[in-house]
Amino acid sequence: MVERTEQNMTHTRTGNIHREFDPGFSMVVHYLLGNEAIAHGCLEAAVDVVCGYPGTPSSEVIDTLRMDTDCACKVEWSVNEKVAFEEALAASWCGLRALCTMKHVGLNVAADPLMTSAYTGTKGGFVIMSADDPFAHSSQNEQDSRCYAMFAKIPCLDPSTLQEAHDMVRDAFALSEEFRLPVLFRPTTRICHSKSDVNLGGIVVSDRTALFEKDARQYVVIPAHTRILHQKLNQKQPALRKRLVELGYNRYEIKGKTAVICGGVGASYVREVIGPDVSVAIIGAYPVDQEWLGAFISRHEKVMVIEELAPVIEEVARQVSGTVPVFGKMTGHVPYEGELAPDRIASYLQAAGFETAISYQPAQAPAALPVRPPILCAGCMHRTAMYAMKKVFRDAIFPSDIGCYTLGIQLGTVDTTICMGASITIASGMSLAGEKRDIVCTIGDSTFLHTGIQGLINAVYNGATITVVILDNRITAMTGHQPNPTTGLTACGVATPAVSIEAICRACGVSFVETVSPNDLVTFIDVLKAAKARPGVKVVIARQPCVISEKRAKIVRGRYTVHQDLCIGCKACIKFGCPAIELKGGLASITDLCSGCGVCAQICPVGAIGREVRE
Amino acid sequence: MSFDVMIVGIGGQGTILTSNILGRACVIEGIPVRGAETHGMAQRGGSVESQIRIGQEYGPLIAPGTADLLLSFDLMEAVRAAHWLKPDGILYSSKEYVIPTSVFMEDYPAPTEEMLTEMLGSRHAHIIDSRAISQQAGNILTQNIVMLGAASPMLPLQKASLQEAIRKTVPPKTVDLNLKAFEMGREAGKSL
Repeated sequence: MVERTEQNMTHTRTGNIHREFDPGFSMVVHYLLGNEAIAHGCLEAAVDVVCGYPGTPSSEVIDTLRMDTDCACKVEWSVNEKVAFEEALAASWCGLRALCTMKHVGLNVAADPLMTSAYTGTKGGFVIMSADDPFAHSSQNEQDSRCYAMFAKIPCLDPSTLQEAHDMVRDAFALSEEFRLPVLFRPTTRICHSKSDVNLGGIVVSDRTALFEKDARQYVVIPAHTRILHQKLNQKQPALRKRLVELGYNRYEIKGKTAVICGGVGASYVREVIGPDVSVAIIGAYPVDQEWLGAFISRHEKVMVIEELAPVIEEVARQVSGTVPVFGKMTGHVPYEGELAPDRIASYLQAAGFETAISYQPAQAPAALPVRPPILCAGCMHRTAMYAMKKVFRDAIFPSDIGCYTLGIQLGTVDTTICMGASITIASGMSLAGEKRDIVCTIGDSTFLHTGIQGLINAVYNGATITVVILDNRITAMTGHQPNPTTGLTACGVATPAVSIEAICRACGVSFVETVSPNDLVTFIDVLKAAKARPGVKVVIARQPCVISEKRAKIVRGRYTVHQDLCIGCKACIKFGCPAIELKGGLASITDLCSGCGVCAQICPVGAIGREVRE
Repeated sequence: MSFDVMIVGIGGQGTILTSNILGRACVIEGIPVRGAETHGMAQRGGSVESQIRIGQEYGPLIAPGTADLLLSFDLMEAVRAAHWLKPDGILYSSKEYVIPTSVFMEDYPAPTEEMLTEMLGSRHAHIIDSRAISQQAGNILTQNIVMLGAASPMLPLQKASLQEAIRKTVPPKTVDLNLKAFEMGREAGKSL
């Protein structure tokens, strides 16, 4: 049957995603997704509070916990990562164990509290999961969260397998409590979204209660306090480095005169391909104890460092390598970008003269075929809204944002995307700069609430002339249909007042705020034309629930069909780009992917498309 | 050495569910297993793949040109992924294929079934009419299980473990339907 990975997550806690999550068992093997193993590790550590903002590849940790009826901890989707971070930090200050989850770029949003929370320190164990995405499978960049941990002077745990991810996150809370520091847990896509047999322990239910003990010297970072706190943070570092070796996160095995030093998921690829006489050091935690690493390197004639993204290990290795040559990114043997894989690692090792156990033959080139990129769903309102925008604002500039609608690049209505919330600000910035063309930006409901509102206030305040189209499908769709404040449900399915985007926009000072469903194409186009004719900041709220959410809620609309005798083969509907419309023998035809939005019937110039009549 | 399986298709065809069945069957037999899959936006109607390594203790990634078995739910995706197979690797593909929307929008010529089969070259390929078999089983949504059944004699896993894994993985109301689809697929695979 069809896959269930995203099923029903917008509704109530209906049961465990995996029935194996029965409390009370100990050390049982299960086949799990990395993020499910991580979620279970947190339950074994009796986590009290979990906050986060969805982002691939991190989202399933909270999705697992919020759907788990046995989960006793408090779980929330926050409006952005800074908010999630601060809520979790507050829980830690109240003596509870807290986790906040996000993708790597989310940590940029939370960087402000991150840097200073290292100074104030924590009380209950505080773990920040920042999931990195080497090769940018679903991300706007390939930044390396380990650099943030180094910058903030907090420990970072970097798992190389799913079992390790599970064990590390379980133990990270105690590490945080031992040093009274936030711990950054940094899995990558190939940990979060890979699967393996994992040994799980029993779930532990917390008996802690929140109690904040006032201490201004700890929690009020006025200059007089923060100078002392900074000193204390620095004093923690040497003991921390030693402890990470003692705990076995950083370990090695001496096998010969050459050595590989590796970390993260790359370490598991190295172990698969490495020759039997090559020593291996695995770095699972940062900061790295230089003395320890120097002692390892000095027992070899040459070493190679293999890690994804930034040369974090390599920089430490070079500081302590003495006369031992170090191969890696800085010698051009390993790339700074992209992700590692066993065959690539074997070729890097061979090029630098290191022994491997496996040699890979160059594979055949993939066949030349029409590409099949991801595409907006049949009946998705984003396609319709962007189709109408293109009709009304032909030569406009279209700044956009992060969400399913970024796929509108295929429709010619996405000219810029940089980070969450940057559609409105890039639009108003272009307006301020004096760009003369129309500027029409698109932003989703969740992204608007995440970091869009400030930009809207600023655009009105500073007199920009732009049209803002808020694509409001009532859900955070791209990351797996997590509810948000427009949905009217919390993460765990409890009813909550839905925020009014209209009222927010009006409160920001926007006088033109119109809401219309793009499925009513004619009215939607009229509203866009009215917006185009006016100066200042105009907001058009394109509201239509996500077709996937509708399908899950069992909302079914009748399908549409092309009357072959009326179709003139003009391809107007084909150019709309709906995956349910095909060209067969020069005429249009609608497949069973149709979700009944009816937009193609409004586009057809000869009235050849109508509702399907069932016999 | 692990037995490496690539499962490919189009987002929504059930690649993840199928790989979950293989993973659970490994756990039932006490065999170590690693899998890697496509999540996130790429699932929206795009090409997707699940890699699953039966008997692997290290990483989840298969190297191109080394997969033992390729299981495809779409003939065009089978061609796209064929280079993952080792020279004597085995391919099971559904006979059907979906033409990407871009082909219609950009007026590209659409490849025919004959062209696609030819592009598979001399590979050890089994093409299964999974739609017809799934319809006979009772629901076209079981095509992925039909394909799994067809390929199952080639897997280093017991039939009983696969059946047990199907019971644990598919929605409870559909267990009998899926077990029937598996059995019919297995028969179809044998008769090739």
